[in-house]
Amino acid sequence: MSISVKNLSKHYDKQKAVDSISFEAKAGRILGFLGPNGAGKSTTMRMLTGYLEPTSGGAEISNYNISTQAIEAKKHIGYLPENTPLYAEMYVKEFLNFAGQTYRLKNLSNRIDEVIKMVGLTPEKHKKIGMLSKGYRQRVGLAQAIIHNPEVLILDEPTSGLDPNQLVDIRALIKELGKNKTVVISTHIMQEVEAICDDIIIINKGKIVANDTLEGIKKAHQNSTLEDIFRKLTA
Amino acid sequence: MYAVFKRELFSFLSSMVAYITIGIFLLVSSLLLWFFPGTSLLDYGYAELSGFFNLVPYLFMFLIPAITMRSFAEEKREGTYELLITKPVTLWQILTAKYLACLILVLFALIPTLVYYYSISKLGYPEGNIDSGAVIGSYLGLFLLGAAFTSIGIFASALTKNQVIAFAISAALCAFAYLGFDYSSQIFAMQNFETTIASFGINQHYQSISRGVLDTRDLIYFISFCTLFLLFTKLAIGGKR
Repeated sequence: MSISVKNLSKHYDKQKAVDSISFEAKAGRILGFLGPNGAGKSTTMRMLTGYLEPTSGGAEISNYNISTQAIEAKKHIGYLPENTPLYAEMYVKEFLNFAGQTYRLKNLSNRIDEVIKMVGLTPEKHKKIGMLSKGYRQRVGLAQAIIHNPEVLILDEPTSGLDPNQLVDIRALIKELGKNKTVVISTHIMQEVEAICDDIIIINKGKIVANDTLEGIKKAHQNSTLEDIFRKLTA
Repeated sequence: MYAVFKRELFSFLSSMVAYITIGIFLLVSSLLLWFFPGTSLLDYGYAELSGFFNLVPYLFMFLIPAITMRSFAEEKREGTYELLITKPVTLWQILTAKYLACLILVLFALIPTLVYYYSISKLGYPEGNIDSGAVIGSYLGLFLLGAAFTSIGIFASALTKNQVIAFAISAALCAFAYLGFDYSSQIFAMQNFETTIASFGINQHYQSISRGVLDTRDLIYFISFCTLFLLFTKLAIGGKR
């Protein structure tokens, strides 16, 4: 199992941001992580990627424990944080070179060219990141996440703030990547979920309220639209 | 760790931060050493550098916080800290990389001042009459002092998202570590412990190395000082997760 989460919790004082959630994700499938704002999506992703430490419970990424084998686990994750933070003063290639070096990749310059082509950054590859438009920044963010060809890809709202053309491109890219990786994406856009996700987890107030395949969840709710299901479960 | 170190150093060198802070440091130190009446060496009448070595710690109190203030504060504000920490590098690697990059910059600020050594040895009578041992010791002392101030600055930067606050905290801590213990040891009520209290301060150890005698006690003092503050930094960035 690529991702296996057991009773993962994060508490801030008395507030339970994430309250003992468990789930699993398989390779070759795209998992949509849905929930209202503040439901605990980002907190969960931050714990999986090692940015936050869980209050209790744990998780395994490619069979490496995120707390006790943090460095090994991180090597198998590609992560795109919310709002795509990047070093604005660096050049695209320079930044990807930095990202690659943190994973100690060999043959890095070939890999950088490959990744730049994959995410469609070729026309902008000589620019500074600060000069890029939002869509291209998002691509740089994706490029640094896949540079080490990780088994697990965790993307926190990868399509927020993109125009319709960019949306289609980025979704197609994620779908392509999902063919042989485990992809977890969080989003608010239901059409997006229908377009690319295979499995769905809906989280509300730190708890999982639904965990099923896309078809399964629709069947269970008499084929009502995903939006209605979402509202019914998280209201 | 090398990747993080390289990125830090290049970001200094590709932004104006490095050039402006080092430029101002060199400008002020040469103005004070050669031109301003009162502090000028030409008025002083002796061809020696001790005035310079007494001056630099005060400049470092402002130069070093200006260099270190962005290291963690900016990354936290921009969110790139999340990107960095989710890469397969340990907290220790991140903070030593940042520390070393800042320290290299401090070294870059010090190297051009070697010109003063040359000019003064030329000015001496007879020519070349300068206490080289004391100068070497003083430069070593300055480097160690810079290393100590840098560790303070990195710590202050890890405490906050705001660079101005990081600057203020580290300047205040540097001033206290350098002078505070000396002054407080002279408070009447503490006179019984005067030497003990003064020996906690950086000044005493700096002065002792400046005389050209490298005492292992002073070396151990500086090494443990830096280690302590890097440890505090680790706690500051590791604790809040």
